[in-house]
Amino acid sequence: MSPYALELKDVYKSFGKSEIIRGAQLQVARGERLAIIGPNGAGKSTLFNLISGRFPTSSGDILLEGQSIARLRPFEINRLGLSRSFQITNIFHQLSVYENLRCAVLWSLGYRYSFWQRLNGLRDVHEKAQAVLEQIGLQRRWQAVAGLLSYAEQRALEIGITIAGGANVILLDEPTAGMSRSESDAAVELIRNVTVGKTLLIVEHDMGVVFGLADRVAVLVYGEVIACDTPANIRANPAVRDAYLGSHAAEEG
Amino acid sequence: MSATSNATAESDMQPTSRAMMARTPALGRWLAWVAFVLMLLVAPLVFRSGSSLSLLSQVGTLMIFSLSYNMLLGQAGMLSFGHAVYSGLGGFAAVHVMNSATAAVGISIPVGLIPLVGGCTGIFFGLVLGYVTTKRSGTTFSMITLGVVELVFACSLMFPGLFGGEGGITTNRATGKAFWGIDFAQQIAVYYLIAVWLLICTVAMYAFMHTPLGRMANAVRDNPERAEFVGYDTRWVRYLTLTVSAFFAGIAGALSAINFEIVSSEAVSLSSSGAVLLFTFIGGSGFFFGPLIGAVIGVFFTVILSTVTKAWQLYLGVFFIAMVMFAPGGIASIVMAHGRLLRQLKFGRVLPVWLAVCISSLIALTGCVMVVEMAYHHMLQSASGTTMALLGVAIDTARPQGWLMAGALLLIGGAGFAYLKNPFCRVWDQAQAEVDPQAGALKI
Repeated sequence: MSPYALELKDVYKSFGKSEIIRGAQLQVARGERLAIIGPNGAGKSTLFNLISGRFPTSSGDILLEGQSIARLRPFEINRLGLSRSFQITNIFHQLSVYENLRCAVLWSLGYRYSFWQRLNGLRDVHEKAQAVLEQIGLQRRWQAVAGLLSYAEQRALEIGITIAGGANVILLDEPTAGMSRSESDAAVELIRNVTVGKTLLIVEHDMGVVFGLADRVAVLVYGEVIACDTPANIRANPAVRDAYLGSHAAEEG
Repeated sequence: MSATSNATAESDMQPTSRAMMARTPALGRWLAWVAFVLMLLVAPLVFRSGSSLSLLSQVGTLMIFSLSYNMLLGQAGMLSFGHAVYSGLGGFAAVHVMNSATAAVGISIPVGLIPLVGGCTGIFFGLVLGYVTTKRSGTTFSMITLGVVELVFACSLMFPGLFGGEGGITTNRATGKAFWGIDFAQQIAVYYLIAVWLLICTVAMYAFMHTPLGRMANAVRDNPERAEFVGYDTRWVRYLTLTVSAFFAGIAGALSAINFEIVSSEAVSLSSSGAVLLFTFIGGSGFFFGPLIGAVIGVFFTVILSTVTKAWQLYLGVFFIAMVMFAPGGIASIVMAHGRLLRQLKFGRVLPVWLAVCISSLIALTGCVMVVEMAYHHMLQSASGTTMALLGVAIDTARPQGWLMAGALLLIGGAGFAYLKNPFCRVWDQAQAEVDPQAGALKI
């Protein structure tokens, strides 16, 4: 068995002539929380799209628990135990919060394409959906139509849908984007709670979130992972300071 | 993250498992079903004549057909232009099986079970044709269904042996074996046969909506990409939903064949497919019962209104456009909105302006109908005299009085409507928002 939950081997991706990901290498250990940072346009979201099967890779290989997933479709990758959230909220907007979560757990509980079972009779689906509902703190909003939730609530639901299926590898794409300080703190707390014992990859711009949450930080610049280390070492790394933190600080200063 | 201001505005109700599973009040739902069954039983006692029984039979088959269409349009978000393929081919299969009962080496199936033949045919073609159409979603899916329906229609004219060419194939529903001692020579027997199948199909399609696949069809409609990221192959969801839908369409086609004792190429045509789309939309694709209303309206326009006026297609088109523009949720959404206000005793507040809008619309409608009818008469039938009877009044289309009258009505009604539109919307939306903050959302 592979020692890594997720491994990227020399992954390339180009759109037309522009190369977005250029030989990305990454190893994520089981149970690790890894943050991916990098300047705008570094290819962070593209990397997530490659891992989760939204786009095919141009070359290179991606291994989930030692098994290649580079040529698989999103739903096949999800069934192997990898789940992701989206930077732009991606929920079932006409369904209620509760139905959103039921949809998210159905496959993982083995109901597949069943049209011979009554959804309301499936106790395990109900219990799992309710458990996630409590985890994300939307118990009182269970009947609300997802599209009419507040922004922070939709972000919470987004995370809820992502974790509901019980995947072992979770990818979160900027989960706190657009949130206020207090909302963002609550989101970090939520992420910490729901990813206990799981492997987490998170793309994040907020350095407070990154250094508070991650065991290791990978820095992506122009489609390459230029460093991957503990938060303290990343902070001290001159190449990273130069490529990312430094320029960032210079802009802000 | 949970402690948002919105949460406090909601009731403090904790989600118990029972409350969570029953989304709509159970009592209201049961009452609706009882009312539906009673209506099926009582309708032929009220409308006794042969022609009205035939009308009711047509409404019944169209109800099954449009409910099955709404499994695609409303539940799975698939805008199909070729759904008549499945009902039509089901109808042809039914006719062939019924005709073979009299042949020497025929399969003898009781007429009451013939709809199953149609249903199985629907499944077969759903599996074959659906395999192609459901490969894509959205606009591409619509385009492929358009191609498929034209293909099947062309084939139906190419093989007159199977499809009877232009004239179609006739059958005799009374020749089959008596089914539980019932033969179907009488229209009333056909009505009850259709009513029984309508009830079975409606219950089954309602149940389908509440299965894992049914719910995932909603999810794929809302957000196919997300559905893929929770483990579902959206293509399979579409394919299976279409196949189940084709089963019910096939049943509708077979029942229609039994009712009319003839099936022609028109049954698999684009126009039949377009009609069911129109009626389902008018009825309201966002609600399960919407297509039932749509079917009644459909038969009203195509069967009743077409005997009264030559301009019925014009009226249907205008009505459809008006629905798309002013009530995209269909008649069902209008009914539900009124129901909400009535239940919460807030209808009184909107009543004055509501009445005013209705009256001005009626005046404008009368003027509009007069213009259309007079124009049709003048253009098409003036050779046999320019005088026509309109709403019991004799009007000479060659003289200006009638036209002036119609114009005045149009002007008064239209001006009233334009004047009242904004105040009405304000009062109406405010009342709706008080009753249900989620009123705008789909409730399927």
